[in-house]
Formats: sequence, C-alpha cells, structure tokens
Amino acid sequence: MESLKFDLAATPLREVNQYLHSPASELNGKHVVIHNPNGAHNIAVGLKSDVQVTIDGHAGYYAAGMNQLANVVVTGSAGTGVAENMMSGVVHVKGFASNAAGATAQGGLLIIDGDAGLRCGISLKGADIVVGGSVGSFSAFMAQAGNLVVLGDAGEALGDSLYEARLFVRGEVKSLGADCEEKPMDDEARQILVDLLAKSGHADVSPDSFKLFGSARTLYNFHVDNAGAY
Amino acid sequence: MSDTPKTPQTQPRFSATFDPYTLSEIRRAAATGIYDIRGAGAKRKLPHFDDLLFLGASVSRYPLEGYREKCGTDVVLGTRFAKKPIHLKTPVTIAGMSFGALSGPAKEALGRGASAVGTSTTTGDGGMTPEERGQSSILVYQYLPSRYGMNPDDLRKADAIEVVIGQGAKPGGGGMLLGQKISDRVAKMRCLPKGVDQRSACRHPDWTGPDDLEIKIAELREITDWEKPIYVKVGATRPYFDVTLAVKAGADVVVLDGMQGGTAATQEVFIEHVGIPTLAAIRPAVQALQDMGMHRKVQLIVSGGIRNGADVAKALALGADAVAIGTAALVALGDNDPRLESEYQALGTTAGAYDDWHEGKDPAGITTQDPELMKRLDPVKAGRRLANYLAVMTMEAQVIARACGKSHLHNLEPEDLVALTVESAAMAKVPLAGTSWIPGQVQY
Repeated sequence: MESLKFDLAATPLREVNQYLHSPASELNGKHVVIHNPNGAHNIAVGLKSDVQVTIDGHAGYYAAGMNQLANVVVTGSAGTGVAENMMSGVVHVKGFASNAAGATAQGGLLIIDGDAGLRCGISLKGADIVVGGSVGSFSAFMAQAGNLVVLGDAGEALGDSLYEARLFVRGEVKSLGADCEEKPMDDEARQILVDLLAKSGHADVSPDSFKLFGSARTLYNFHVDNAGAY
Repeated sequence: MSDTPKTPQTQPRFSATFDPYTLSEIRRAAATGIYDIRGAGAKRKLPHFDDLLFLGASVSRYPLEGYREKCGTDVVLGTRFAKKPIHLKTPVTIAGMSFGALSGPAKEALGRGASAVGTSTTTGDGGMTPEERGQSSILVYQYLPSRYGMNPDDLRKADAIEVVIGQGAKPGGGGMLLGQKISDRVAKMRCLPKGVDQRSACRHPDWTGPDDLEIKIAELREITDWEKPIYVKVGATRPYFDVTLAVKAGADVVVLDGMQGGTAATQEVFIEHVGIPTLAAIRPAVQALQDMGMHRKVQLIVSGGIRNGADVAKALALGADAVAIGTAALVALGDNDPRLESEYQALGTTAGAYDDWHEGKDPAGITTQDPELMKRLDPVKAGRRLANYLAVMTMEAQVIARACGKSHLHNLEPEDLVALTVESAAMAKVPLAGTSWIPGQVQY
C-alpha cells in the first residue's frame, strides 16, 4: 500500500484535509499517516474515498466527522463528536473518546477501545458503535437505528426516548432513560452482536454476557397520560 | 295597568382578560388535557413594520425618477470567508421549510418561484429532496439539531449552509412533526418508524455553547473546502449577544427570526409567549455588528412577518442586508385561499385562520403528505404565483427607496424612517413622527 505522511506541526490542517478530499481515483488504496495531531480539531473530516488514514496521536473535536468509505485510525484519544454523522467506513479510536462519539452516525462502524464520554451514540441513525470500555450518561439518547455495544458499564438514562436502535451492554447500567427497557436477546440481535464483536477485535467475548435494551415504544405517539415521562 | 318603568339593563359585558378566545381555549384544554399545537407564527397584535413610515424626499432630499433611474436590489451573501459567496438579484429569500412539513410539490414550487427571480430557497428538517435541489438555482441547506436526513453529499451540493440554532416561533424549542405526516417517504428520509410523532431535538447533539460552535463551523468549512457561506440562524430573544457570539464563532451570515416567523407545528403557548417581535430585534442585532466593525461584512437576514415591499424596505433601512419569507410565500402558493372556504369550514376553521398545518389535512395541498391533497398543488403555477409575488415585493421596495432618493435598497437608512407609536420608536430607534424623540436615547 502506498504510504504518505503529513506532519501537522509543519503543515496546515487545511492542506491535509484538502489532500484527503482529492478524487477517489487518486486516494483509493493509499495509506495516509498524520503525525503530531496534538489535539487539533476537524482532522480528516468529510472523507469520501476508500483511503486508510492513521492519526498518530490525540485528535480534537470531530475527528473523521461525516466519514464516507474511509478507514480512519486514531492511535490516541479523540475529542467530542468523533465520527459524527458517519455514513460508511470504519473509524477506530485506540484510546478514549470524549462526548457525543458517533453522534447521528448513519452507517459504518465506530470502534472505541477505551471509554466514551457522555451522549455516546446520541441520535444514532443506523451506524454501529462498539465501545471496549464504558459509556457516560445519556448515551443513545433518541437513537433511531443502528447498534451500540458497550463492553463496560453505561451511565444514567441510557437510551432515553429511544426509537429503534439496539443497545447491548455487558456491565452495569446505572439507569435507563424514558421509554428504554430490557428486551429478550433474539437470534437476530445475537447474530448482530456476534458479528460486531468479531469486527471490533472482541471475538473472544461471549455474547451471552450482554443484555439487550430497546424502545418500549410507549412514547411514539403523544398521550397526556405519559406527560410525566417527558 | 301599571306604569312602573322597566329597569334599564346594561349590555352583557365580556371580559377583556377572559375574552372569547381565552374562554374557548380553557374549555378545549379542559376537554382534551393537552396543549394546543398549531402552525404559523405569533398571531397577537405586536409592534411591527406598519408602525413605521418613510420620510420621502422633499426640499432637503432629492428623489429618483420612478421609471427611469436605477435602484439596485442585488445582494451578495457570504463575503466574509466563503470562496463562493451567493449573489441574489433581490434581497427577498425563502426561509427554511421542511419536506415533511410541506409536500413535495410545495417545495418544488418554492424552488421554481425563487429561481425565477434570482433568489434562494432553503431546506428544512428532514434533508434535501431531489425536486427541491433540481428546481432551486440557489439552495441553502439547513444543518439542524435533529440532523434528520443530514448527508454530507447534500452538504456539498448546497450553495450555502445554515446552522439552525433556533427560530422565532419557538426559540429554545425543538421541532415536531406529528405521526399523520410521517409518510413512507418522510419516514425513510428521517430514519424513523412510519406514523410516530417525531420529536426534533432543541439542542445540537455534538456541541454546546459558542466555543463549540466555532469548531463546528470550522468543521463544516473543512468538509466543504471553505467554498460555502455558513449562515447561523437564531430566534430573536437576545439579539445583541446572539449575533455577537455567532459572528465570533465565524458566521458569514446571521439569520434573525422574530416571533412572527412561522413554524410547522409548535405549542400555541410557545409561539405567543416566547421570543420578541421582529421589529424589536433588528436594531440590537445591527448594533452588535456595528460594534464589531462587521456590519455589511457579515450579512444580516431578517425574517418574521415580512409581507410586502414596505416591510422589506423598512427591514433594510434598519440595517438588514436581506429578508426571508415563509408564511407569506405559502400564501402566495395558495395557502388559506378563500376559494377553499367550504373545506376550511369542514375542518372547523375559516380561510385566513387555518393553522393546523401539523394535521396534514391542508385543502390547498401545501402542508400535507396526503397523496390526493398534494395533487391539488400545481408546482409550476404555484411557482409562478410566488415569482410574481417576489417581483412585486421587490418593485414595491424600489418605489419607496427611489422616493427616499436611494439608488440601491441598501442605501436606505434609519434616518429615512419615523415611528407612529412610542413603542415602535423605542424598538426601531427612530423618532416618533413629528418629533425628534427616540425613547430611551439621551439627547445631548
């Protein structure tokens, strides 16, 4: 694989992102390594080709935001909104992720080896997120579709006002949000979990150690008797 | 036969506080147990542009010939940072309205009408439809808290991006689209189960506060290679501070929506009791831009109750660069038309007052997803009506500007205006007609 290196300590972010927006015919199959990210925001946002990008260090806000097709690895930790609104591809954070990881993501796979902060998977719209550690409060708030797998614990109000996303949690759930309830793990859900564990480097983890949570669907249509739940 | 005089009776007296509307709302609330939801903006009487008058030219000012001398109307939006600013032939734009709230033909008609006169239209919650992109020569893509239908490919297809923080009808509130309007297509675009009551978030999911907004705007610029103008839309509440923060966060354009600005569906109590009138919002917003040295560098679009060329001219005279219309554009398409009176009556209302847009039963085929009702709106004819209306508004504004001796609408200024009421004088910061008195300003 052809490899190309950028040093963010010497090259402006604009130049790096502009290169990463080159036509797919120029980028497909290439490996781009970005050194010295030092927490810069908006690294590798808006990618739309089958390129491999390694951010060698810590990234700031919105790393790999709105990703399409690309495979982005952050070797350190990522700030708020990593892979927000991702459409496809894979984003892998080897450290920790801050708040709103994978917010509104519609497709692709976000892997976080460490913990994720508040609101992980907020308004999730179809992507898959696998968190090796724990997730903070209000994770999967209003999540509409997709899957959130948490190998650790979940904070308060997990899945509040959930639509049709599936939430798999291996550890403790501090509390469930409004309209989120535990569901029986059917064969379809179990297979989704098995596949996601395999894709995210956790093939050795038993799917039987997870609980599944989903929407109770009582808030789908407003009724005054449910006013206290809002 | 008795001649005892009959005691005179006083007439039945209705309370000004408990007026018939208030009484009916109490009875409705008691019967249903749920607040009233409706479309449109504030309907109460508010200080507005009608409370201002222009001072035409006379001995001390020199007018322009109405049919001979040029009066420019064009405006360029996004000159601060964007590589590709937007050039509009008229400063009257179409405000953001969603596919979902509006039918596909209605969105198409808005695009046709706006394109015909060289102005922009705007998407809404739920994303961009091909019909809308196809018919809109200049399309602004709204980036909303819910991110329903938010797609980076559409972001790149847009001519500008509008980060929506709030709107005048419900500053601080999220969107709402009731189940009746979540058709198969709307459900698919928004990734929701069909028929659910869709609740849009009131806050963006991945940023909080102005410092984060600056990073978010930078992200949108990076994704679009700094080509597109980035607007920030706020509902009018604290315009001085909101405009200041939006500009500091890097906005190219600020959109300021007063409480008369419409909504597809919001609680009546929210529409009528949260936010401030458009008239009260403009001068603090302009002052904020002037204090930063950014007036005319960051453009200001004002919306909320704009109805005619006089309103356009007044908004521009107070310092706006352009205006946006929503409710008025729907009326031009055919909303609330008296020819549909019998159908409005069947819905328990009357032409001119119909605002249950959330129910999806619009006889005009505009605020509906019902396939049969939608067919009633011919997007070509409706687009033509909108184009006519936009042209009239522009010409009306020119008439006034020429009378004030201005060769471009943007040359109108507060000094061309006086106020009819103390309230409007204070809000617009122009003198009460016939006096030099501007309430709240110290005369030195």
